[in-house]
Order: sequence, then structure tokens, then C-alpha cells
Amino acid sequence: MIANLLQVKDLSVSYRGADAKLRQAVAGVSFEIARGEVLGLMGESGCGKTSAALALLGLLSDQQAQISGSVQFRGQELPSMDQCALRALRGAGISMVFQEPEIALNPVMRVGHQVAEVIHAHKRCSWKQCRAEAEAALARVGLPARQRIFSAYPHQLSGGQRQRVVLAQALACEPALVIADEPTASLDARSQSELLTLLRQLKRDSSIAILLISHTPEVQAFLADRLMVMADGRIVEQGPFEQLYRNPSHELTRAMLRTNSLADFARDLDLEMVT
Amino acid sequence: MIPAHSGPHANPSSNPSQPLLRVTGLCKQFVQRRNFSRQQFSVNAFENVTLQLFRGRTLALVGESGAGKSTLARCIALLERPSEGTIALDGTDLLALDTKGLFPIRRRIQLIFQDPASALNPQLTACETIAEPLAIQNVSTKKERHERALQLMDQVGLGPAAAQKRPFEFSGGQRQRLAIARALALEPDVLVLDESLSALDALNRDLILQLLADLQAVRSLAYLYVSHDLRLVSQFADEVVVMYQGRIVEQKKTRELFAHPAHFHTRELLATVHSVESILRERSA
Repeated sequence: MIANLLQVKDLSVSYRGADAKLRQAVAGVSFEIARGEVLGLMGESGCGKTSAALALLGLLSDQQAQISGSVQFRGQELPSMDQCALRALRGAGISMVFQEPEIALNPVMRVGHQVAEVIHAHKRCSWKQCRAEAEAALARVGLPARQRIFSAYPHQLSGGQRQRVVLAQALACEPALVIADEPTASLDARSQSELLTLLRQLKRDSSIAILLISHTPEVQAFLADRLMVMADGRIVEQGPFEQLYRNPSHELTRAMLRTNSLADFARDLDLEMVT
Repeated sequence: MIPAHSGPHANPSSNPSQPLLRVTGLCKQFVQRRNFSRQQFSVNAFENVTLQLFRGRTLALVGESGAGKSTLARCIALLERPSEGTIALDGTDLLALDTKGLFPIRRRIQLIFQDPASALNPQLTACETIAEPLAIQNVSTKKERHERALQLMDQVGLGPAAAQKRPFEFSGGQRQRLAIARALALEPDVLVLDESLSALDALNRDLILQLLADLQAVRSLAYLYVSHDLRLVSQFADEVVVMYQGRIVEQKKTRELFAHPAHFHTRELLATVHSVESILRERSA
């Protein structure tokens, strides 16, 4: 029997407002992710995608929000775990890739150290060993194992390189699940396709499961096995990507997956590139 | 509906075959210094750029990141002074003017940024945000400015209920509408859009694209659209300029560019465009 890696049941998140009123951001969401599977998540901005992801990782405190429902990761119930156990899990079991590498990275630390730090937090090994592993982690995401990159500060790298560093951090401890929140939104077309190819390779080689949050249909088509569409904190539709793309049953799914196609005169171009 | 252009500089007699904005031989150099060294060296953001913008037309500027697109857009929007070359609006050389002389010109060229969240002042309400440029340019009374702001909000599809809200209470798409309303407040002739649509989801992007097309039809605005999204460019632009390492390498009518891309970088850019269909075909293969 193949147990699901992550099983979410009836997850609800309500933020506490200034006047102690609750505002519901996620309203009873249920889904599961199998080992090595990519689950795409789409929805309009403000529909609760990021709130759901943060709640999964236990990154919302009691003061900020009220969370109910069950989140099971490898059979363990996450909401009932204490902070210490959660910290051990984050990064090693489930890790997150944020949208803006500029904000996710510490501007006054060399990037190599930032990757080594993650390893140091999870493994009982010397700093020297951690550094060596960090170098390997950076090499895995396609950054050359050169001193120039390892000892660079974030501002000295390009956007694509920075996003790779963030990815190296997330993958350093070989997590079973990566939550990627718009990983390619801030990249240009070339770095975007390089990063997507890389993610696909990682998925194939190390059977990492990915929860992929992105509102770009092409990105979802490239990676997602299944797709889930959210609106107003609820899931309106979920199923295999191709099925949703061909026969969307909900109006929003149709709208989210409709692409700005090339103008008519450029259609041939697309056909040419495939062949 | 969007009312026709009625500003003080609406000039129906100006010849539509003449370019509204003419950029000739524009260069921008940044002088830098290595850490703690006295030695200076210069970096060329772009050099020898020549292009023309026409009333009611859209010119797209494409290229990979670091090609100098954004710096060029900022120079054209008069936020940065180019090192060489001329920018002429209706025949007036703008770079010959000093800060004071540029002040009345600034209302004719407006810029819309990529990320509306950081481009809007979080402390101002929607209404104050739109009225601010009018106040800076000292247009009409406070009461009239307020009415004008409400009118603009209506045009971009933000209801009167939104007038007293602050930026963080809006969704991404609504914020970008607010930024557009602010840019339109002074009834500009040229709108520079620096990746203004790429942060939006499909739904909001289509709505804003439609809004921009309507505005252009009624007010014959000239758009300079900076983007790396060739899909949008193919639908939206009349002409495309391709930049590579600070130079213009190709400049053609949109249809012509997509049919016969000449420069290798243009072909590289086109090769990154994949449709969902082609990706699915490739995956199942």
C-alpha cells in the first residue's frame, strides 16, 4: 500500500484582525500529495494559497491566526507537534521556496554560509563538513562549485542565481516535500526554463514531491501531475492536470488555465518549435 | 465610458504621421568605483538607441534581463538623465531643459511600475493617491481634484466604495488599476509600462489589457511596453524593439518580427515561448 506523503483534511485558517474579529482565509481544504508527485495550486491573488502553505508548515502563530483541521505528514499529525519537533521537520522533511529570493536571503551573509547553516541546523556534523555539503548542494542546482559563487553576497548574483541558492537551501537536507511559492515569477524566460528543467530532473531523480503554487499555466503544464484550483479559501476543482486543462468543469479553472496565446499570425511558430 | 482627451495639451492638429516622441542616439553610462579603490570605471547600460513613438500606437521593448530595457524606460520617463543623445517630445528637445523646464513636461510622460504594491504609498487612500499628482502639478482646487479622482477610479473599474481604502486592502489587480488611474490623472500623452502586467494572474491581466486598449482607442495614447512576455507582446504591440546587451539588434512590425526573426537573440527569445499544448505533447512523448 502506498501511503500518502501528506494528507490534509479540513484545513481552515482564520486571521485575527485588529478588532479581535476572525477573517477566514482558508475554509476547509482537503487534499493529499503522494511521494514524488507534483501538485499544482492555482487561484486568484488573495484566495488563500499562501496562507494554506504557511499553515501546513506551522508558520502561523496562535496570536496571528486560528488554525483547525488535520495535517498528516508521513503519518505524523503536524498541528499537535511542539515547536522543537516542527523545527526539526522544517527544512529536513518539508521545505519551502519563497517567491522573492531577494527577501528570502540574508543580505549580509555569504550565500555558501547560508546554505551550510541549513545543514548545520539539521545534521550533527562539523562546520567544515557542512560547508562541503553546501558546495555539493549548490552544484546540484547547477551553480558551478567555484569560490566566486560560494563566497558571494546575494546582491552580487543575478536573479536566476539567487533563486538557485534559495532552492539549494531548500533541497540541502533532502526533504521529501518542497513547497514552492511562485518559484519562477521573478525570473526572465531563460532562467525560468532552466529552473523548471532542474525541478523536473530533481523530481525524476530523487522523487521529491512538490506543492507548486503558480498562476502561470505553462509552468503548471511543465511540472504538475495534478492540479487544484482555489477560490475564496475553498478548493473549487482538483484532478489530473491534463483533464482539467481539456475539460474544466468550473468557470474559474477555465479562466485560470486560459493562456494568452500567441496572436494568430505567430501560431505556426509554436508548431515549428515542437517539431 | 472613457471620456475623450480634454487636457490643456490635447492637440488634434498635430500630425499623426509625425512621431510624438523621438529618441536619437541615446546612451547611458554608470560610473562606478571598485570597493575602496579610487579607480573609476564605467558601465554602459545601453548605447546608441534610436526609436520613435507614435500617437495611438504601442511599441514593445523586449530582451533578457540585464539588456538595459528598464534603464532605457526610466530615461524615457525622465527619471534618469541619459549621458548622450536626445529625447524630443513633439519636436522639443527635453534634455536641453533644466529641472524647472522639465516640470510641465513630466505630466505628459507617465510611468507604471511592475509591482504596484511597492509603487503605491501605503499611507494614502485610493482617492488621495490619484489626486496627488494633480496637487503636485497644482491643477484645480482640492474639491475638483477629489471629483476627478473619483471619476478616474470609475474609469479603471474601481467603484466609489474603494475611495477611502488604502493599497493593502486591494487585491493585486485592483492595485495595478489604482496605479494606472494615478498615471492617467494628468492626462499624459505617453505611458511607459515597465513589466506592468507580469505580476498579475491571467484573469486580471486580461482585464487590464482591455482597459489599456480602450484608453488608447479613445485618447490616442502612445505606449512603450517593456516586457519579456512575447505572448502579450504579440497581441498588444504594433512594433517591437529587441535589445541585447545594451543595443537594439532588431526593430520591426510585430507581425514581421514573429514571421521573420533575423537576429539570433530574437530567435532565442522566441524559442522560450511554449504553449500548454506543446508542453503536454512533449511530456506524453
